[in-house]
Amino acid sequence: MVEEIGTNTDGDLLINVGPQHPATHGVLHLVITLNGETIKKVEPHLGYIHRSIEKMCESLTYRQFIYVTSRMDYLSAHINNHACALCVEKGMQIEVPARAQVIRVIMDELTRIASHELWWGAMAMDIGAFTPFFHAFRERESINDIMEETCGARLTMNYMVPGGVMADLHPDFQKKVKAFISFYKTKIDEADELLTGNIIFQNRMKGVGILTKEDAISYGCTGPTARGSGVRCDIRKIYPYEIYNTLEFDEVIETGCDSLSRYLVRLKEIKQSLRIVEQLIDNIPEGDFQAKTKAVLKLPKGEFYSRVETARGELGVYIVSEGGTTPYRIKFRSPGFSNLSALDKMARGSKLGDLVAMMGTLDLVIPDIDR
Amino acid sequence: MFIVKYIKNVFSAIKSLLVGMRRTGYYFTHHKEIITQQYPDNRETLVLPERFKGEVVMPHNENNEHRCTGCTACELACPNGTIKVITKFDITPEGKKKKAIDKLVYHLELCTLCNLCVIACPSDAIVMAQTFEHSVFDRNKLTKVLNNPDSKIMDGVE
Repeated sequence: MVEEIGTNTDGDLLINVGPQHPATHGVLHLVITLNGETIKKVEPHLGYIHRSIEKMCESLTYRQFIYVTSRMDYLSAHINNHACALCVEKGMQIEVPARAQVIRVIMDELTRIASHELWWGAMAMDIGAFTPFFHAFRERESINDIMEETCGARLTMNYMVPGGVMADLHPDFQKKVKAFISFYKTKIDEADELLTGNIIFQNRMKGVGILTKEDAISYGCTGPTARGSGVRCDIRKIYPYEIYNTLEFDEVIETGCDSLSRYLVRLKEIKQSLRIVEQLIDNIPEGDFQAKTKAVLKLPKGEFYSRVETARGELGVYIVSEGGTTPYRIKFRSPGFSNLSALDKMARGSKLGDLVAMMGTLDLVIPDIDR
Repeated sequence: MFIVKYIKNVFSAIKSLLVGMRRTGYYFTHHKEIITQQYPDNRETLVLPERFKGEVVMPHNENNEHRCTGCTACELACPNGTIKVITKFDITPEGKKKKAIDKLVYHLELCTLCNLCVIACPSDAIVMAQTFEHSVFDRNKLTKVLNNPDSKIMDGVE
């Protein structure tokens, strides 16, 4: 048990950031050991938003458990649902129709844009710039409207089901997405104008929160956090699922290893996601949106694993089945947990004021870390 | 020279701030590009998409008839135990016993609006309504009976 307040035996100051501190995202609790203003150690404490989702899933059937996973990483709810649906399909050996695959990929990429937009606004607010938040939310709102029309919800959609998607696309979907793309292209460079080009911002990001390539690999970092350190880890490229192997897009890699690199990776990823949506939006094949499945899904006895690239990194779903209608055990490998564990390594030796900027570039979603 | 570099830094910082402020000034003078909606002032004109998942309802026709056969497919599909189907036995004119619903109890406070019950229903008896202002002062008001009193099943629905 660590002391949570006061000084330790070396005379260093221990302070708590969170769990309700406005600078931390959600209910993250950090115990920071300070020597003057220099950080000696950062210790994340979890458990404030634990809902035992993995245990809950054990009592739900393979159709029912997917909705719970929207509540893990609520900013990429579609992609979480997608990972679970993929794992069940792998076990049942269900062939997903081509139309459903394309719809899934479009939805995933729109979710990724929305998630990165929210991250951009929230991270700017972390370091003290308030205006970008509103600009980011305007773009995100247009995506939410598209989602609301087709999926019926803005945040926890539950649109993916084993074998395809829950409903066909709304008739206005293609028109709305095209309108969004043309609107978004006029606004995408505002990010550079408002924030990236700002000297004050650059000075706060450059050379701060160094995470070397070796450390990123040994801490198991994935997603834009690891790609900012030059690690090739995009699941869409190295283990393609659905139709990603037929699409043209680049894996964004920056080798700066600092906060600015992680920031740039996410901004460039938005453009790549937009490129994917543009490729697919005119080429949605006709056909069924859902494969014909049995009324009661029973996975054969065994272990099944699937992984997808969420907006934060690699999400793995591991199902152990005993042959019944409910899983025997489910484990989620969440990207945020591994990324958060690297925070201590990044923060040691830097100043307290930089810690929030580093946390911002990790893109932490606490319900995902703490399930 | 440290002092020259310092002053240069200050000026470059002010310059990049002004670049950002130009964008803010643009929106200050272009009111039409602002998309903020003034809820709840716009409640009369607010239109939600027809697929919006607000709450589960059971539509009735003008003769107070619904399409629910009491098969409990929705109850089995629900992950949270939100729906409870209470059935009874009607006596048909031929003197046979026929299963029908007495009450379809719906707990809005437990519902996560996942839509699984609606797609599970074989006779399209329940749909999602586009309401969203669900707050009430008493929790018991969130427990609803979906079928109207004295309602019957529609002819031809099996």
